[in-house]
Amino acid sequence: MTSPPAIGEASVPRLPPHIKLRFDEARQRWVLLAPERVLMPDEIAVEILQRCDGMATVGSIVGSLAEKYAAARDEVARDVIDMLQDLMDKGVVAA
Amino acid sequence: MTPSAPEPPLALLAELTHRCPLQCPYCSNPLALERAASELDTATWCRVFDEAAALGILQVHFSGGEPAARKDLEALVAHAAERGLYTNLITSAVLLDAGRIERLVKAGLNHVQISVQDHEPRGADRIGGYAGAHAKKLAVARLVRAAGLPLTLNAVMHRQNLDHLEAMIELAVSLGAARLEVAHTQYYGWGLRNRAALIPTRAQLERATEIITAARQRLKGRLVIDYVVPDYYARRPKSCMGGWARRFLNITPAGKVLPCHAAETIAELSFESVTERPLAAIWRESPAFERFRGTSWMPEPCRSCDRREIDWGGCRCQALAIAGHADAVDPACEMSPLHERLAAIAAEESAGAPPEFVYRRIGAIV
Repeated sequence: MTSPPAIGEASVPRLPPHIKLRFDEARQRWVLLAPERVLMPDEIAVEILQRCDGMATVGSIVGSLAEKYAAARDEVARDVIDMLQDLMDKGVVAA
Repeated sequence: MTPSAPEPPLALLAELTHRCPLQCPYCSNPLALERAASELDTATWCRVFDEAAALGILQVHFSGGEPAARKDLEALVAHAAERGLYTNLITSAVLLDAGRIERLVKAGLNHVQISVQDHEPRGADRIGGYAGAHAKKLAVARLVRAAGLPLTLNAVMHRQNLDHLEAMIELAVSLGAARLEVAHTQYYGWGLRNRAALIPTRAQLERATEIITAARQRLKGRLVIDYVVPDYYARRPKSCMGGWARRFLNITPAGKVLPCHAAETIAELSFESVTERPLAAIWRESPAFERFRGTSWMPEPCRSCDRREIDWGGCRCQALAIAGHADAVDPACEMSPLHERLAAIAAEESAGAPPEFVYRRIGAIV
Protein backbone atom coordinates (compact mmCIF):
# COMPACT_ATOMS: atom_id res chain seq x y z
CA MET A 1 0.00 0.00 0.00
CA THR A 2 1.33 3.44 -0.89
CA SER A 3 1.07 6.12 1.77
CA PRO A 4 -0.84 9.30 0.93
CA PRO A 5 1.26 12.14 -0.49
CA ALA A 6 2.42 14.43 2.31
CA ILE A 7 3.23 18.15 2.26
CA GLY A 8 6.46 19.38 3.84
CA GLU A 9 8.55 22.55 3.93
CA ALA A 10 10.34 21.57 0.72
CA SER A 11 7.13 20.91 -1.26
CA VAL A 12 6.22 23.26 -4.09
CA PRO A 13 2.43 23.57 -4.01
CA ARG A 14 0.34 24.72 -6.95
CA LEU A 15 -3.28 24.86 -8.03
CA PRO A 16 -3.98 22.31 -10.79
CA PRO A 17 -5.25 23.93 -14.02
CA HIS A 18 -8.86 22.94 -13.34
CA ILE A 19 -8.91 24.65 -9.92
CA LYS A 20 -9.69 28.35 -10.14
CA LEU A 21 -9.04 30.93 -7.45
CA ARG A 22 -11.09 33.93 -8.42
CA PHE A 23 -12.43 37.15 -6.92
CA ASP A 24 -16.20 37.08 -7.08
CA GLU A 25 -17.70 40.50 -7.65
CA ALA A 26 -21.22 39.44 -6.62
CA ARG A 27 -20.08 38.30 -3.16
CA GLN A 28 -17.06 40.62 -2.86
CA ARG A 29 -14.82 37.77 -1.75
CA TRP A 30 -12.39 35.20 -3.08
CA VAL A 31 -13.79 31.84 -4.12
CA LEU A 32 -12.07 28.59 -5.02
CA LEU A 33 -13.81 26.73 -7.83
CA ALA A 34 -13.28 22.99 -8.07
CA PRO A 35 -15.13 20.16 -9.80
CA GLU A 36 -18.69 20.25 -8.49
CA ARG A 37 -17.79 22.28 -5.43
CA VAL A 38 -17.18 25.86 -4.41
CA LEU A 39 -14.94 26.62 -1.45
CA MET A 40 -15.02 29.98 0.34
CA PRO A 41 -11.49 30.40 1.69
CA ASP A 42 -10.99 32.83 4.58
CA GLU A 43 -8.53 35.70 4.40
CA ILE A 44 -5.52 33.67 5.56
CA ALA A 45 -6.35 30.77 3.25
CA VAL A 46 -6.49 33.22 0.33
CA GLU A 47 -3.05 34.55 1.28
CA ILE A 48 -1.69 31.00 1.24
CA LEU A 49 -3.45 29.98 -1.98
CA GLN A 50 -2.24 33.08 -3.82
CA ARG A 51 1.32 32.01 -3.03
CA CYS A 52 0.79 28.47 -4.43
CA ASP A 53 2.26 29.42 -7.80
CA GLY A 54 4.25 26.26 -8.58
CA MET A 55 7.53 28.07 -7.81
CA ALA A 56 7.53 28.97 -4.10
CA THR A 57 8.28 26.24 -1.56
CA VAL A 58 6.09 25.78 1.50
CA GLY A 59 9.05 27.02 3.52
CA SER A 60 9.22 30.31 1.64
CA ILE A 61 5.43 30.74 1.84
CA VAL A 62 5.65 30.27 5.60
CA GLY A 63 8.48 32.78 5.77
CA SER A 64 6.62 35.46 3.87
CA LEU A 65 3.44 35.02 5.94
CA ALA A 66 5.31 34.99 9.24
CA GLU A 67 6.94 38.25 8.22
CA LYS A 68 3.73 39.85 6.96
CA TYR A 69 1.75 38.99 10.11
CA ALA A 70 4.70 39.28 12.54
CA ALA A 71 3.86 35.80 13.81
CA ALA A 72 5.95 32.93 15.18
CA ARG A 73 7.35 30.92 12.29
CA ASP A 74 6.59 27.54 13.91
CA GLU A 75 2.94 28.38 14.38
CA VAL A 76 2.56 29.69 10.85
CA ALA A 77 4.31 26.60 9.49
CA ARG A 78 1.92 24.30 11.32
CA ASP A 79 -1.16 26.17 10.07
CA VAL A 80 0.05 26.37 6.48
CA ILE A 81 1.03 22.70 6.31
CA ASP A 82 -2.25 21.59 7.90
CA MET A 83 -4.28 23.63 5.47
CA LEU A 84 -2.34 22.57 2.38
CA GLN A 85 -2.44 18.91 3.43
CA ASP A 86 -6.21 19.13 3.83
CA LEU A 87 -6.61 20.78 0.42
CA MET A 88 -4.30 18.22 -1.16
CA ASP A 89 -6.40 15.38 0.28
CA LYS A 90 -9.42 17.07 -1.29
CA GLY A 91 -7.64 17.24 -4.65
CA VAL A 92 -7.63 21.04 -4.69
CA VAL A 93 -3.87 21.56 -4.31
CA ALA A 94 -1.07 19.59 -5.98
CA ALA A 95 2.59 19.43 -5.00
CA MET B 1 -36.25 34.45 9.20
CA THR B 2 -37.70 35.21 5.79
CA PRO B 3 -34.82 36.62 3.75
CA SER B 4 -35.98 39.49 1.58
CA ALA B 5 -32.92 39.32 -0.67
CA PRO B 6 -31.61 35.76 -0.87
CA GLU B 7 -27.93 35.07 -1.35
CA PRO B 8 -27.04 34.48 -4.99
CA PRO B 9 -27.01 30.84 -6.14
CA LEU B 10 -23.68 29.03 -6.53
CA ALA B 11 -24.49 26.74 -9.41
CA LEU B 12 -26.79 26.22 -12.35
CA LEU B 13 -27.74 22.80 -13.66
CA ALA B 14 -28.45 23.36 -17.35
CA GLU B 15 -30.51 20.47 -18.68
CA LEU B 16 -29.88 21.16 -22.34
CA THR B 17 -32.05 18.32 -23.61
CA HIS B 18 -33.97 15.26 -22.48
CA ARG B 19 -32.75 13.30 -25.52
CA CYS B 20 -30.40 10.48 -24.52
CA PRO B 21 -29.31 7.23 -26.19
CA LEU B 22 -29.36 5.48 -22.81
CA GLN B 23 -32.52 4.34 -21.05
CA CYS B 24 -31.42 4.04 -17.41
CA PRO B 25 -34.43 3.08 -15.28
CA TYR B 26 -33.44 5.54 -12.51
CA CYS B 27 -33.03 8.62 -14.71
CA SER B 28 -33.45 11.88 -12.79
CA ASN B 29 -35.47 13.41 -15.61
CA PRO B 30 -39.25 13.63 -15.14
CA LEU B 31 -41.55 10.89 -16.43
CA ALA B 32 -42.92 13.37 -18.96
CA LEU B 33 -39.87 14.03 -21.13
CA GLU B 34 -39.48 17.16 -23.24
CA ARG B 35 -39.21 16.62 -26.97
CA ALA B 36 -36.50 18.22 -29.12
CA ALA B 37 -38.90 20.77 -30.62
CA SER B 38 -39.47 22.46 -27.24
CA GLU B 39 -35.77 22.91 -26.40
CA LEU B 40 -34.31 26.40 -25.88
CA ASP B 41 -32.18 27.59 -28.80
CA THR B 42 -28.50 28.53 -28.66
CA ALA B 43 -29.09 32.28 -28.33
CA THR B 44 -31.48 31.85 -25.41
CA TRP B 45 -29.07 29.61 -23.50
CA CYS B 46 -26.29 32.15 -24.09
CA ARG B 47 -28.47 34.90 -22.68
CA VAL B 48 -29.23 32.66 -19.68
CA PHE B 49 -25.50 32.24 -19.02
CA ASP B 50 -25.04 36.02 -19.20
CA GLU B 51 -27.82 36.46 -16.66
CA ALA B 52 -26.45 33.64 -14.50
CA ALA B 53 -22.98 35.19 -14.30
CA ALA B 54 -24.48 38.61 -13.47
CA LEU B 55 -26.58 37.01 -10.73
CA GLY B 56 -23.49 35.57 -9.04
CA ILE B 57 -23.66 31.97 -10.25
CA LEU B 58 -20.14 30.50 -10.29
CA GLN B 59 -20.56 27.10 -11.91
CA VAL B 60 -22.58 25.65 -14.77
CA HIS B 61 -23.21 21.94 -14.98
CA PHE B 62 -24.11 20.98 -18.55
CA SER B 63 -26.49 18.07 -18.22
CA GLY B 64 -29.50 16.45 -19.79
CA GLY B 65 -30.58 13.90 -20.97
CA GLU B 66 -27.34 13.66 -22.81
CA PRO B 67 -25.96 17.19 -23.33
CA ALA B 68 -23.77 16.07 -26.24
CA ALA B 69 -26.99 15.35 -28.15
CA ARG B 70 -26.95 19.13 -28.68
CA LYS B 71 -24.76 20.04 -31.63
CA ASP B 72 -24.18 23.48 -30.08
CA LEU B 73 -22.70 22.08 -26.84
CA GLU B 74 -19.24 23.44 -27.68
CA ALA B 75 -20.65 26.89 -28.43
CA LEU B 76 -22.58 26.93 -25.16
CA VAL B 77 -19.53 25.85 -23.13
CA ALA B 78 -17.44 28.53 -24.84
CA HIS B 79 -20.00 31.21 -24.05
CA ALA B 80 -20.29 30.20 -20.39
CA ALA B 81 -16.49 30.01 -20.02
CA GLU B 82 -16.12 33.49 -21.52
CA ARG B 83 -18.43 34.77 -18.81
CA GLY B 84 -16.06 33.34 -16.17
CA LEU B 85 -18.35 30.46 -15.24
CA TYR B 86 -16.72 27.18 -14.17
CA THR B 87 -17.92 24.64 -16.73
CA ASN B 88 -18.66 21.00 -15.95
CA LEU B 89 -19.98 18.44 -18.41
CA ILE B 90 -22.18 15.71 -16.94
CA THR B 91 -22.36 13.09 -19.65
CA SER B 92 -23.08 9.47 -20.53
CA ALA B 93 -20.08 9.85 -22.89
CA VAL B 94 -21.54 7.67 -25.64
CA LEU B 95 -21.90 10.55 -28.13
CA LEU B 96 -18.40 11.95 -27.56
CA ASP B 97 -15.25 11.28 -29.57
CA ALA B 98 -11.71 12.66 -29.77
CA GLY B 99 -12.75 15.52 -32.07
CA ARG B 100 -15.53 16.76 -29.84
CA ILE B 101 -13.38 16.49 -26.72
CA GLU B 102 -10.69 18.57 -28.41
CA ARG B 103 -13.29 21.20 -29.33
CA LEU B 104 -14.66 21.20 -25.77
CA VAL B 105 -11.15 21.74 -24.35
CA LYS B 106 -10.70 24.66 -26.77
CA ALA B 107 -14.07 26.02 -25.66
CA GLY B 108 -12.75 26.18 -22.09
CA LEU B 109 -14.36 23.15 -20.47
CA ASN B 110 -13.05 22.68 -16.91
CA HIS B 111 -14.23 19.22 -15.87
CA VAL B 112 -16.01 16.09 -17.09
CA GLN B 113 -18.23 13.72 -15.16
CA ILE B 114 -19.01 10.37 -16.79
CA SER B 115 -21.63 8.00 -15.43
CA VAL B 116 -21.10 4.25 -15.39
CA GLN B 117 -23.81 1.68 -14.84
CA ASP B 118 -21.71 -1.29 -13.68
CA HIS B 119 -18.11 -2.50 -13.64
CA GLU B 120 -18.32 -4.68 -16.76
CA PRO B 121 -20.12 -4.41 -20.12
CA ARG B 122 -22.79 -7.07 -19.75
CA GLY B 123 -24.38 -5.68 -16.59
CA ALA B 124 -23.75 -2.07 -17.54
CA ASP B 125 -25.29 -2.32 -21.00
CA ARG B 126 -28.33 -4.17 -19.62
CA ILE B 127 -28.94 -1.51 -16.93
CA GLY B 128 -28.45 1.38 -19.36
CA GLY B 129 -30.48 -0.32 -22.07
CA TYR B 130 -27.84 0.43 -24.73
CA ALA B 131 -25.55 -2.19 -26.29
CA GLY B 132 -21.90 -1.17 -26.39
CA ALA B 133 -22.31 1.76 -23.99
CA HIS B 134 -19.83 0.59 -21.36
CA ALA B 135 -16.91 0.02 -23.75
CA LYS B 136 -17.59 3.40 -25.33
CA LYS B 137 -17.64 5.12 -21.93
CA LEU B 138 -14.26 3.67 -20.97
CA ALA B 139 -12.75 4.73 -24.29
CA VAL B 140 -14.08 8.27 -23.90
CA ALA B 141 -12.93 8.46 -20.26
CA ARG B 142 -9.40 7.70 -21.46
CA LEU B 143 -9.68 10.38 -24.17
CA VAL B 144 -10.83 12.87 -21.55
CA ARG B 145 -7.76 12.15 -19.39
CA ALA B 146 -5.47 12.19 -22.42
CA ALA B 147 -6.82 15.65 -23.25
CA GLY B 148 -5.73 16.80 -19.78
CA LEU B 149 -9.23 17.24 -18.40
CA PRO B 150 -10.00 16.15 -14.83
CA LEU B 151 -12.49 13.31 -14.59
CA THR B 152 -15.14 12.34 -12.08
CA LEU B 153 -16.67 8.92 -12.42
CA ASN B 154 -20.28 8.77 -11.30
CA ALA B 155 -21.10 5.22 -10.23
CA VAL B 156 -24.87 4.95 -9.97
CA MET B 157 -25.51 2.23 -7.39
CA HIS B 158 -28.53 0.07 -6.52
CA ARG B 159 -29.38 -3.50 -5.53
CA GLN B 160 -28.37 -4.90 -8.93
CA ASN B 161 -24.79 -3.59 -8.85
CA LEU B 162 -23.99 -2.60 -5.26
CA ASP B 163 -22.10 -5.88 -4.73
CA HIS B 164 -19.68 -4.71 -7.45
CA LEU B 165 -18.70 -1.56 -5.59
CA GLU B 166 -15.10 -2.66 -4.99
CA ALA B 167 -14.66 -3.20 -8.75
CA MET B 168 -16.25 0.20 -9.48
CA ILE B 169 -13.68 1.88 -7.23
CA GLU B 170 -10.88 0.03 -9.03
CA LEU B 171 -12.36 1.18 -12.35
CA ALA B 172 -12.24 4.82 -11.20
CA VAL B 173 -8.58 4.44 -10.18
CA SER B 174 -7.60 2.68 -13.40
CA LEU B 175 -9.23 5.40 -15.52
CA GLY B 176 -7.31 8.12 -13.68
CA ALA B 177 -10.41 9.74 -12.17
CA ALA B 178 -9.64 12.17 -9.36
CA ARG B 179 -13.17 11.89 -7.96
CA LEU B 180 -15.69 9.12 -7.63
CA GLU B 181 -19.29 9.81 -6.79
CA VAL B 182 -20.95 6.76 -5.35
CA ALA B 183 -24.47 7.85 -6.10
CA HIS B 184 -27.26 5.70 -4.78
CA THR B 185 -30.26 5.98 -7.04
CA GLN B 186 -32.83 8.42 -5.77
CA TYR B 187 -36.49 7.55 -5.68
CA TYR B 188 -38.26 10.20 -7.67
CA GLY B 189 -39.70 9.96 -11.16
CA TRP B 190 -38.20 6.99 -12.98
CA GLY B 191 -36.35 5.80 -9.87
CA LEU B 192 -39.56 5.77 -7.85
CA ARG B 193 -41.31 3.87 -10.62
CA ASN B 194 -38.50 1.27 -10.53
CA ARG B 195 -37.88 1.36 -6.79
CA ALA B 196 -38.47 -2.35 -6.16
CA ALA B 197 -35.92 -3.21 -8.85
CA LEU B 198 -33.35 -0.78 -7.41
CA ILE B 199 -33.49 -0.49 -3.64
CA PRO B 200 -30.67 -2.40 -1.89
CA THR B 201 -31.00 -4.51 1.24
CA ARG B 202 -29.71 -3.12 4.51
CA ALA B 203 -26.97 -5.75 4.52
CA GLN B 204 -25.84 -4.69 1.03
CA LEU B 205 -25.77 -1.09 2.16
CA GLU B 206 -23.79 -1.80 5.32
CA ARG B 207 -21.21 -3.73 3.34
CA ALA B 208 -20.97 -0.84 0.85
CA THR B 209 -20.40 1.66 3.64
CA GLU B 210 -17.54 -0.50 5.00
CA ILE B 211 -15.98 -0.69 1.53
CA ILE B 212 -16.18 3.10 1.12
CA THR B 213 -14.66 3.76 4.54
CA ALA B 214 -11.70 1.49 3.78
CA ALA B 215 -11.24 2.81 0.23
CA ARG B 216 -11.23 6.44 1.37
CA GLN B 217 -8.38 5.67 3.75
CA ARG B 218 -6.48 3.56 1.22
CA LEU B 219 -6.83 6.09 -1.61
CA LYS B 220 -6.42 9.30 0.36
CA GLY B 221 -4.76 11.97 -1.78
CA ARG B 222 -5.37 9.97 -4.98
CA LEU B 223 -9.13 9.53 -5.25
CA VAL B 224 -11.80 11.59 -3.51
CA ILE B 225 -14.94 9.54 -2.90
CA ASP B 226 -18.28 11.27 -2.39
CA TYR B 227 -20.87 9.01 -0.85
CA VAL B 228 -24.34 9.57 0.53
CA VAL B 229 -26.44 6.92 2.24
CA PRO B 230 -29.75 6.39 0.44
CA ASP B 231 -32.61 8.14 2.23
CA TYR B 232 -34.63 5.03 2.95
CA TYR B 233 -31.92 3.78 5.31
CA ALA B 234 -30.88 7.15 6.72
CA ARG B 235 -31.60 8.45 10.24
CA ARG B 236 -31.56 12.08 9.23
CA PRO B 237 -32.58 13.66 5.95
CA LYS B 238 -30.02 14.85 3.44
CA SER B 239 -29.57 18.59 3.01
CA CYS B 240 -31.31 18.35 -0.33
CA MET B 241 -29.79 20.83 -2.81
CA GLY B 242 -28.16 22.51 0.21
CA GLY B 243 -31.62 23.86 1.03
CA TRP B 244 -34.50 24.75 -1.26
CA ALA B 245 -33.65 27.83 -3.36
CA ARG B 246 -30.49 28.48 -1.35
CA ARG B 247 -27.61 27.44 -3.61
CA PHE B 248 -28.78 25.83 -6.84
CA LEU B 249 -31.14 26.25 -9.65
CA ASN B 250 -32.05 23.98 -12.46
CA ILE B 251 -33.23 24.95 -15.93
CA THR B 252 -35.17 22.40 -17.96
CA PRO B 253 -34.68 21.92 -21.72
CA ALA B 254 -37.72 24.12 -22.36
CA GLY B 255 -36.50 26.87 -20.01
CA LYS B 256 -38.44 26.32 -16.80
CA VAL B 257 -36.47 27.36 -13.73
CA LEU B 258 -36.65 24.89 -10.84
CA PRO B 259 -35.10 24.78 -7.35
CA CYS B 260 -34.18 21.12 -8.01
CA HIS B 261 -34.46 18.71 -10.90
CA ALA B 262 -37.38 16.79 -9.36
CA ALA B 263 -39.40 19.84 -8.29
CA GLU B 264 -41.95 19.44 -11.06
CA THR B 265 -43.35 16.43 -9.19
CA ILE B 266 -44.83 18.99 -6.76
CA ALA B 267 -48.00 19.75 -8.70
CA GLU B 268 -49.09 22.67 -6.47
CA LEU B 269 -46.09 24.72 -7.66
CA SER B 270 -45.90 26.52 -10.97
CA PHE B 271 -42.52 27.33 -12.40
CA GLU B 272 -41.54 30.36 -14.42
CA SER B 273 -39.49 30.26 -17.60
CA VAL B 274 -36.36 32.11 -18.70
CA THR B 275 -38.34 32.97 -21.83
CA GLU B 276 -40.77 35.03 -19.72
CA ARG B 277 -38.75 36.63 -16.94
CA PRO B 278 -35.13 37.48 -16.05
CA LEU B 279 -33.33 34.76 -14.14
CA ALA B 280 -32.52 37.08 -11.22
CA ALA B 281 -36.18 37.98 -10.72
CA ILE B 282 -37.17 34.31 -10.76
CA TRP B 283 -34.46 33.45 -8.22
CA ARG B 284 -35.43 36.29 -5.89
CA GLU B 285 -39.20 36.42 -6.21
CA SER B 286 -40.73 33.39 -7.88
CA PRO B 287 -43.43 31.94 -5.57
CA ALA B 288 -42.12 28.43 -6.25
CA PHE B 289 -38.68 29.45 -4.95
CA GLU B 290 -40.11 31.35 -1.99
CA ARG B 291 -42.40 28.46 -1.04
CA PHE B 292 -39.79 26.39 0.86
CA ARG B 293 -36.92 28.85 1.14
CA GLY B 294 -35.40 29.34 4.60
CA THR B 295 -37.11 27.94 7.69
CA SER B 296 -40.39 29.81 8.11
CA TRP B 297 -42.38 27.30 5.99
CA MET B 298 -41.33 24.40 8.23
CA PRO B 299 -43.74 22.29 10.25
CA GLU B 300 -42.88 21.13 13.77
CA PRO B 301 -40.67 19.45 14.82
CA CYS B 302 -38.46 20.86 12.01
CA ARG B 303 -39.03 24.53 12.86
CA SER B 304 -37.62 24.20 16.38
CA CYS B 305 -35.06 21.50 15.49
CA ASP B 306 -31.43 22.46 16.08
CA ARG B 307 -30.57 20.93 12.69
CA ARG B 308 -33.01 23.15 10.77
CA GLU B 309 -30.17 25.13 9.18
CA ILE B 310 -28.07 22.02 8.59
CA ASP B 311 -30.47 19.86 6.60
CA TRP B 312 -32.99 22.63 5.77
CA GLY B 313 -35.86 20.23 6.27
CA GLY B 314 -34.54 17.60 3.86
CA CYS B 315 -36.32 16.90 0.62
CA ARG B 316 -39.71 18.30 -0.35
CA CYS B 317 -40.16 15.92 -3.27
CA GLN B 318 -39.66 12.96 -0.96
CA ALA B 319 -42.11 14.37 1.57
CA LEU B 320 -44.64 14.54 -1.25
CA ALA B 321 -43.84 11.08 -2.61
CA ILE B 322 -44.16 9.33 0.77
CA ALA B 323 -46.30 11.57 3.01
CA GLY B 324 -48.57 12.84 0.26
CA HIS B 325 -47.88 16.54 0.78
CA ALA B 326 -44.78 18.59 0.10
CA ASP B 327 -44.61 20.47 3.41
CA ALA B 328 -44.57 17.35 5.59
CA VAL B 329 -41.52 16.32 7.63
CA ASP B 330 -39.15 14.45 5.30
CA PRO B 331 -39.80 10.77 6.11
CA ALA B 332 -36.05 10.16 5.94
CA CYS B 333 -35.88 11.90 9.33
CA GLU B 334 -36.38 9.65 12.35
CA MET B 335 -38.60 12.40 13.82
CA SER B 336 -41.15 11.76 11.05
CA PRO B 337 -44.14 9.56 11.93
CA LEU B 338 -43.57 7.88 8.55
CA HIS B 339 -39.90 7.06 9.17
CA GLU B 340 -40.62 3.45 10.15
CA ARG B 341 -42.73 3.06 7.06
CA LEU B 342 -39.88 4.18 4.83
CA ALA B 343 -37.61 1.51 6.32
CA ALA B 344 -40.40 -1.07 5.99
CA ILE B 345 -40.84 -0.26 2.28
CA ALA B 346 -37.11 -0.69 1.75
CA ALA B 347 -36.98 -3.97 3.67
CA GLU B 348 -40.01 -5.42 1.91
CA GLU B 349 -39.15 -4.40 -1.64
CA SER B 350 -35.48 -5.36 -1.40
CA ALA B 351 -36.32 -8.81 0.00
CA GLY B 352 -38.27 -9.99 -3.05
CA ALA B 353 -36.94 -10.84 -6.50
CA PRO B 354 -36.40 -7.60 -8.47
CA PRO B 355 -39.11 -6.90 -11.05
CA GLU B 356 -38.20 -6.08 -14.67
CA PHE B 357 -37.00 -2.53 -15.28
CA VAL B 358 -39.34 0.00 -16.81
CA TYR B 359 -36.78 1.66 -19.05
CA ARG B 360 -36.67 5.41 -19.47
CA ARG B 361 -38.00 6.31 -22.87
CA ILE B 362 -40.47 8.80 -24.25
CA GLY B 363 -43.91 7.26 -23.96
CA ALA B 364 -42.83 4.36 -21.68
CA ILE B 365 -45.29 5.46 -19.02
CA VAL B 366 -48.67 6.89 -19.88
